Amino acid sequence: MIPEHMRHELQSRIAAAVTNREAAVDVMKTLQAHYGWLTDEAVIEAAGLLELSPLQVEELATFYEMIYRRPVGRHVIHVCDSISCWAMGGESLLQNIAGLLGIKVGETTPDGQFTLLPCCCLGNCGQAPTLMIGDAIFGAVTVESASELLDKKRRDS
Amino acid sequence: MEQILLRHNKPGRPVTFYEYSSEGGFVALKKALNTMSPDDVQQAVIDSGLRGRGGAGFPTGKKWSFVPRNLPGPRWLICNCDEMEPGTYKDRVLLEANPYSLVEGIVLACYAIGVRHAFIFIRRGYEQAAANLRRAIAEATTAGLLGENILGSGFSCDIDLHISAGRYICGEETALMNALEGKRANPRAKPPFPAVKGLWGGPTVVNNVESLANIPSIIANGPQWFKDTAATPEAAGMKLFCVSGHVASPACVELPLGMKLGEIIEGHCGGMRPGSTFKSCLPGGASTPYFTRDHWDVPMDFDPVAKAGSRLGTGGIVVFDQHTCMVAVTLNLVRFYARESCGWCTPCREGLPYVVHLLELIESGYGSAEHIAILREHVQHLNYSFCALAPGAMGPVDGLLRHFEEEVREHIVKGKCPCRN
Ligand SMILES: Cc1cc2nc3c(=O)[nH]c(=O)nc-3n(C[C@H](O)[C@H](O)[C@H](O)COP(=O)(O)O)c2cc1C
Ligand code: SF4
Ligand code: FES
Repeated sequence: MIPEHMRHELQSRIAAAVTNREAAVDVMKTLQAHYGWLTDEAVIEAAGLLELSPLQVEELATFYEMIYRRPVGRHVIHVCDSISCWAMGGESLLQNIAGLLGIKVGETTPDGQFTLLPCCCLGNCGQAPTLMIGDAIFGAVTVESASELLDKKRRDS
Repeated sequence: MEQILLRHNKPGRPVTFYEYSSEGGFVALKKALNTMSPDDVQQAVIDSGLRGRGGAGFPTGKKWSFVPRNLPGPRWLICNCDEMEPGTYKDRVLLEANPYSLVEGIVLACYAIGVRHAFIFIRRGYEQAAANLRRAIAEATTAGLLGENILGSGFSCDIDLHISAGRYICGEETALMNALEGKRANPRAKPPFPAVKGLWGGPTVVNNVESLANIPSIIANGPQWFKDTAATPEAAGMKLFCVSGHVASPACVELPLGMKLGEIIEGHCGGMRPGSTFKSCLPGGASTPYFTRDHWDVPMDFDPVAKAGSRLGTGGIVVFDQHTCMVAVTLNLVRFYARESCGWCTPCREGLPYVVHLLELIESGYGSAEHIAILREHVQHLNYSFCALAPGAMGPVDGLLRHFEEEVREHIVKGKCPCRN
């Protein structure tokens, strides 16, 4: 269950929209931020708020790269695997980060801290290779700087 | 060199509202609302020769003129800031430095087309750009440059932000309208074209960030001035070129349209990085056929690039050096498109994974001459898809077969990638 203040916030977001479903992505994102991922419960709650069927929400949720319909770690690391980053060693960076975390690409660390996913171009191609954690973009990433970044995230959480 | 869009930039921080306003910002908006009719604004944009900066290069003023003026009900303007085309990062660079010319450009466009309500569709990952825009919208509203009865002219206009959740196809204009409406972002059939029946069934114009951000300077300085900023008489205006890959200093630079490819790479990106020599590049983002050393002197403008067998696209130039395997590059690009396919139509949903499979076979040394023929066929066949994503995906394959067939054959003859030891 989401807290009452969040429900009110979302209700006013929906009321300000041209149609209810225009707010669907915002609603899914808010619920995802609350639960950590878009849980089945969240899909049903979103459907209730938007006056859609859960299936209609599901259809949207599964479409977007950054809506997670499966559990993810506290920090989701998105490593760009598109062309400019690929040309600058993005492929080995992704494998090396997997090695640092001791998981395969697509997995979550056993302590629930990190999920590692490849992703599309992050629009930072001039500073390749690039990765994103939360809202923050990091460019010209090396194995060393990635390792430091992971340590920092571990300390912060 | 004179700059249009990056003129207001401050090192290491976004320009402030005060700075933008005192450096000639919002002059165009005041001029238009005080002295020009909506038709005058549209005509100025037509005369300027401005062509869309989002990839297709459609003349901006002409696009506006397709909107019927007599239909009842609201019409809409959407600014396309989805920018997920690999190798393209110009809209982010622009908005992180200066959100105001876009805001001003949107109000001018809305005035010209008679739009009350505009949306900016922003991709996930551009949160800084979105924050800048949110601030700029608030400041412009406070200053009476946005919202109700702008500058006492009787014209009113609002701008809303829509922050997406990551999916390349949302950048295709009809898919974008579905995404904005909160529907699954599959493209829509055309016709009807968005100008007649778009967002919520109303007439809609979709323009790229860079296209709209250029409008204020056209209105302030006149269409001829804008036109003359280009490097050749045929071209019009400046362009943000974002360069990445194996150059010494990858950068997003604003240069006259029509400047030669070699000049951009040598003169503005420091040439190739140490130890690298130029082999090839994507001239305009991930969907454009490769250029080679033979194209060094091609003027980077829409028609000359098309004449040379590629597309100016987004102006995202991705440079590859002598060690790069062009089969591997093409494989990476088509994999991207296969993953981003929205799955709506069969040629794209089924065809792209097959093309990926063939390229994988060739790259890993299991290719045969027959595969080249099948790839060539698919360059044609994928034109039968529902939207431009799949033909775009085949752009690099087309370039590979036209310029690097020898290299592809070498993979097949040697039974391994010749670029790898
Ligand atoms: C698959 C696909 C993705 C696209 N992505 C973008 C994009 O991110 N930004 C953009 O401005 N145009 C994109 N376009 C082009 C738009 O459909 C449209 O032509 C453009 O936004 C029009 O703006 P303009 O006339 O100012 O160039 C894309 C097209 C396709 C087929
Ligand atoms: S070409 Fe691809 S992206 Fe476009 S509609 Fe067909 S399946 Fe979807
Ligand atoms: S290709 Fe990696 S950020 Fe654009």
